[in-house]
Amino acid sequence: MTAAVAALRRDTVQAAGAFAAGLLLLVIFLALSGFAVGPALDALWNGAFGSWYNFTSAVLVRGTPLALLGLAFMLGSRSGALNIGMEGQFAVGAIGATAVALHCGSLTPLLAVTLTLLAGAAGGLLWIAVPVWLRVRHGITEVISTLLLTFVGYAAVSYAITGPLQEPARVYPESALIPVATRLPHLWSGSRLHAGFLVVVVITAAMAFLLNRSRWGVAIRATGTAPRAAALVGRINVTRVSAVALLASGGLAGLGGGMEVSGVSYALYQNLSPGYGYTAIAVALLGREQPWLVFLTGILFGALEAGGAAMQRDAGIPAVAVQVVEGVVILVMLLTARRRTA
Amino acid sequence: MNMLAWSGFVAAAVRVGTPLGLAALGETIAERSGVINLGIEGAMLAGALASAAVASSADLAAGVMAGVLAGAAVAAIFALVAVVARTDQIIAGTAVTLAATGLTGVLAQRIWGTAGAGLSVPTLAPVPLGALAHIPVIGAALFDQSLLTYLLYLLFPIASVLLFRTALGLQLRACGESPSSAAAAGVPVTAMRSAATVVGGMLAGLAGASLVLAQVGTFTERMTAGRGFIAIAIVALGRWEPWRVGIATLLFGAATAMQFVFQATATGIPYQLFLALPYLLALGVLGSAVGRRRGPAALGVAP
Repeated sequence: MTAAVAALRRDTVQAAGAFAAGLLLLVIFLALSGFAVGPALDALWNGAFGSWYNFTSAVLVRGTPLALLGLAFMLGSRSGALNIGMEGQFAVGAIGATAVALHCGSLTPLLAVTLTLLAGAAGGLLWIAVPVWLRVRHGITEVISTLLLTFVGYAAVSYAITGPLQEPARVYPESALIPVATRLPHLWSGSRLHAGFLVVVVITAAMAFLLNRSRWGVAIRATGTAPRAAALVGRINVTRVSAVALLASGGLAGLGGGMEVSGVSYALYQNLSPGYGYTAIAVALLGREQPWLVFLTGILFGALEAGGAAMQRDAGIPAVAVQVVEGVVILVMLLTARRRTA
Repeated sequence: MNMLAWSGFVAAAVRVGTPLGLAALGETIAERSGVINLGIEGAMLAGALASAAVASSADLAAGVMAGVLAGAAVAAIFALVAVVARTDQIIAGTAVTLAATGLTGVLAQRIWGTAGAGLSVPTLAPVPLGALAHIPVIGAALFDQSLLTYLLYLLFPIASVLLFRTALGLQLRACGESPSSAAAAGVPVTAMRSAATVVGGMLAGLAGASLVLAQVGTFTERMTAGRGFIAIAIVALGRWEPWRVGIATLLFGAATAMQFVFQATATGIPYQLFLALPYLLALGVLGSAVGRRRGPAALGVAP
């Protein structure tokens, strides 16, 4: 037990250090390139924690997809497969959810929302199916294939919103608003935080159980840490285990896209995600690929994204600046990583 | 299509293929040494920004040099984390690209303001190569291009000789096939891999410079749009051999240039299909028999 506590403390110090290093480098960089650092940090902090509304309606709303995609990356990575193309699965999930939602307006809300979210997951599943097939059948790394499909996904969104899913007036490159019945309800009135947040909490709990308490979790962890031993000694079909984990990873990323449409945007647009699919890789690593830590890290990065948006609005610094923090966090985590044991 | 249209098509394929080819050739060298660098997307972006900034305030040659240096700097950071500290190359490369996207986005706004670079960046004019430029169809296409394209023509045989006909090349490839054997034979594996990575970064930076100075003529946030990742697919398609990488590049240039032809001829096919075509082609090729050749045995593996 004390060893576990000591390990947790080490992990926390490492993660906090990585995050601090990322922020510090951003500050140095902003100062060097001549931006006023004070107002920038002010906007960053206030955008995230300035008010209860900001925290729930900006931070948690952005933290929801980040936590979900962080879990998605974690699932693949724990089995030894890197789903770098979550951005594409997210986009196609959003297409699927929109396409289905537009036809579900007359159903009861519970059924309508469920179908919409399932369509999102199906879109993500579809988008990762080809990389999984290429990996299983031909040993082609999922890293490149999922990345390439991300750009195809962007093109698919562009096609959808100027073609089959374009709003009826055919003026703007966006879909019509999805029916009210297909929208995830807000958790309380006056807030933008939607029920998808709770769905992610449930998924986190399920993932924690699955990874740490189930046979399936043992198989995944064994496959990820020692595939040869898992196959020879544990008689685990490692190809199948990581294929299933990757499929689930893509499905979760697609669900994220569906949730974004059903809970936040209510319509399909180009660039629905400000790079959540890449940011989530940092989320998973900083969360040490432990479900609840990944969830909390997702919220933390939600704060960073919300703060970044405020920085752009109030201090004139492009929101993309927070990617500096994310990149540095990953690099520091890599450099200071303690080899994880299954 | 008539002769003139074909010539225009091939010329466009070569023009848009130049940045891809430069980045792919650099990545070929890095991967031959056992390093897969997803950070070349970021190196390309940094090269694009640096060349745009320097070319619009100094001159074009300085802009090209700045692009090369910026690419080298980004790759050096990647090499420190992934090669020297021996961490996961894929994750490190993704992180480097993320950070470079953020840095270039902020710097672009600092330099040009919210309006962007506009068309304030001077460009490299095509230089016809005398009689060669008058060969029907391919003459104007291959030999009426910017100097960076001609540099790429030269770099393919140079890289090929370097990798396969010199002792240095043999040592470099040994690092990619069996780093432990290479180390036992006295090859400084980490230094060799780091150097190959930085050379790859220089070429990626040059690719960014050629994208700005010889193709687009401006800088915008995230303008490389996955070209670095396409370059990595081109390397696999070209079986890690410079000549084949060159042919693969031309194929991708052609796939990209298709959109210009078909947009002009209005076929009713959605133009997004042409936007997606290079990526789909890369995927198809990876899955087909040609793409299924194995790369260097120790690619991505720490020594």
